[in-house]
Amino acid sequence: MSVSGVRATARIVARSDGRGGTSLPVLEGEGPLALRRTRASGGEARVMLVGAMSGPLGGDHFTVEADVEEGTRLRVGSAAATIALPGQAKGEARYDVWLRVADGAELQWLPEQLISAGGSDLRVATHVEVGAGGRLVLREEQVLGRVGEEPGRLTSRLTVRVGGRVVLDQELACGPGALGGWDGPAVLGGHRAVGQLVVVRPEFGSRPVPARVLGEGAVVAPLAGPAVLVSAVAGDALRLRRVLDEALALMA
Amino acid sequence: MHLDHSHDGPSAVSADARRPDGSRRALRIGLGGPVGSGKTATVAALCRALRDELSLAVVTNDIYTREDAEFLLREAVLPPERITAVETGACPHTAIRDDISANLEAVEDLEDEVGPLDLILVESGGDNLTATFSKGLVDAQIFVIDVAGGDDIPRKGGPGVTTADLLVVNKTDLAPYVGSDLERMAADAKAQRAELPVVFQSLRNEAGVGDVAAWVRGQFAAWSA
Amino acid sequence: MSRAALLVLADGRFPAGGHAHSGGAEAAVKAGRVTGAASLEDFCRGRLHTAGLVAAALAAAAVLGVAPGELDAAADARTPSPALRVAARRLGRQLMRAARATWPSDELDAVARQFPKGAHQPVVLGLAARAAGLEPVDAAYCAAYESVSGPASATVRLLSLDPFDATGVLARLAPEVDLVVDRAVEAARRVADDGVDALPASSAPLLEVGAETHAAWAVRLFAS
Repeated sequence: MSVSGVRATARIVARSDGRGGTSLPVLEGEGPLALRRTRASGGEARVMLVGAMSGPLGGDHFTVEADVEEGTRLRVGSAAATIALPGQAKGEARYDVWLRVADGAELQWLPEQLISAGGSDLRVATHVEVGAGGRLVLREEQVLGRVGEEPGRLTSRLTVRVGGRVVLDQELACGPGALGGWDGPAVLGGHRAVGQLVVVRPEFGSRPVPARVLGEGAVVAPLAGPAVLVSAVAGDALRLRRVLDEALALMA
Repeated sequence: MHLDHSHDGPSAVSADARRPDGSRRALRIGLGGPVGSGKTATVAALCRALRDELSLAVVTNDIYTREDAEFLLREAVLPPERITAVETGACPHTAIRDDISANLEAVEDLEDEVGPLDLILVESGGDNLTATFSKGLVDAQIFVIDVAGGDDIPRKGGPGVTTADLLVVNKTDLAPYVGSDLERMAADAKAQRAELPVVFQSLRNEAGVGDVAAWVRGQFAAWSA
Repeated sequence: MSRAALLVLADGRFPAGGHAHSGGAEAAVKAGRVTGAASLEDFCRGRLHTAGLVAAALAAAAVLGVAPGELDAAADARTPSPALRVAARRLGRQLMRAARATWPSDELDAVARQFPKGAHQPVVLGLAARAAGLEPVDAAYCAAYESVSGPASATVRLLSLDPFDATGVLARLAPEVDLVVDRAVEAARRVADDGVDALPASSAPLLEVGAETHAAWAVRLFAS
């Protein structure tokens, strides 16, 4: 018997309301991907991703799309961590995120952690396109295994274009079945939490953030373009969040 | 003199005597020798002696620090933009002989950024008696030994002592204290080097680096002739 | 064209500046993550499947004639650490010099003009292989092998590791080098249809952290 996974898409469009605020003419979730509008702050609209069921499971394919149109500000978070679990369906699960930030728009994409549970097999791809004058704060955190558990297989690719030019393209593959060395001294060194924070601001073009190391496992790296990557490994999710928050505060 | 092998590329590949724009590049003189023999002090003294008459720059090759470059910066023998340090990955002799690419970039960048230059001194990291400069990197080389390192060094020979265009026996003021026999060193050097010149110097004496500076002036006169 | 040109290009004594770089080994040794042959092997394996794979694919794509400017931009996007970008360009410039002297070609001259301060080393490696008449797979082998041979020979100097142990590490990694080369060449061949996004982008967070830590030291044996 073959079981097919769940396909689900969520879409957000942020559009100017003409009065200096941001409206959300499209806010559609489906199945396990539910969206809630939360209270706005100033001209910024806020959306929460609410996991109506846990997942993605093996064979599932989730897609989230957000379009942040010119002159608007959108902040997206999630109510809880996303847990990748093994499923009955064959094959890997996929989670695709497409984010477009127009010139003069701002997106803060700050979901909770992605936890790769034992036996799961998930491929995440995040594509971000930022217009030349757009602003972005994007955080991704991967936790390898629940407490005391071996992780599942996780491949996570993050591509960021600014003004049509790719400023960051990186993939992390870990867990059983990933190619060798992922847990070793060149890659994760036994750390079970790994995270990326990408900040895009037009002013970085003329005033780049200097490179710096934070503690033993994090680096603030100015990219070739008006963007910065904070790349961090940590022993657990809490410590990871702390160092990413510290890095973001440094850029305030 | 026929030194301008034609080269159409964007930058010279090796020791071509002309820069890409057709102008003559700087004369490059290497200074090698064992650790502590006084290479950096000699470079500093040469800079002071020559900086008013020649447009100068220095490339240092430190073993694991930038100390030599920083000594020269501290002593303010040249403006900082005229001093560059090359990192050598624990093998200073490799950087001046077997794989000279990093040093070639350094001398070319100096000429591009502060030029035009008359003379670039390339100082090797302190190494052993076999370390010599590639002809692809320098036009002439000075090997610096000192009397405190043992008065048998000239007799032992080695490529540096035997083939350098100038052998400098440094710290002659220390000879009485370390029991080195300068006459014996001179005779041994003569035996190893035939007609190649040898200078005995003490940077603490009045004459200081004068003889070496005079030799460098001679090299530059021949180069620019 | 002679396949033996590959031996010239892959020779550790090819004068292109690699001897002054540790491929992240110096930082990993200082941090206590590489302490002997076993941890060196783990380190090299991780580097091979990340930076090594990316470098091999870039090199193979350059042999296939993908525009060097596009490959260089793809290399930038895959190298978040500015210290690693600087090192890659410095090595690229040094390799360009050696390659032009060894296999003179108009194409190399043009790329040297396009990148006076150096293009990323794997891109230049591919162009050098192309000028030598070699195949994409040859350039990929060169890049993948360099990604592990550099740290191995640096660790011999840093830890006074037994050189036979270090060579043993390289031999044990050989089957995985084959695997990485296959993946790299396959990805490079997809670039013609799918653009440079088809190139692998495998990353190694600790290599990035280590590179910036290392770049800030006042005292070090290696340039990177």
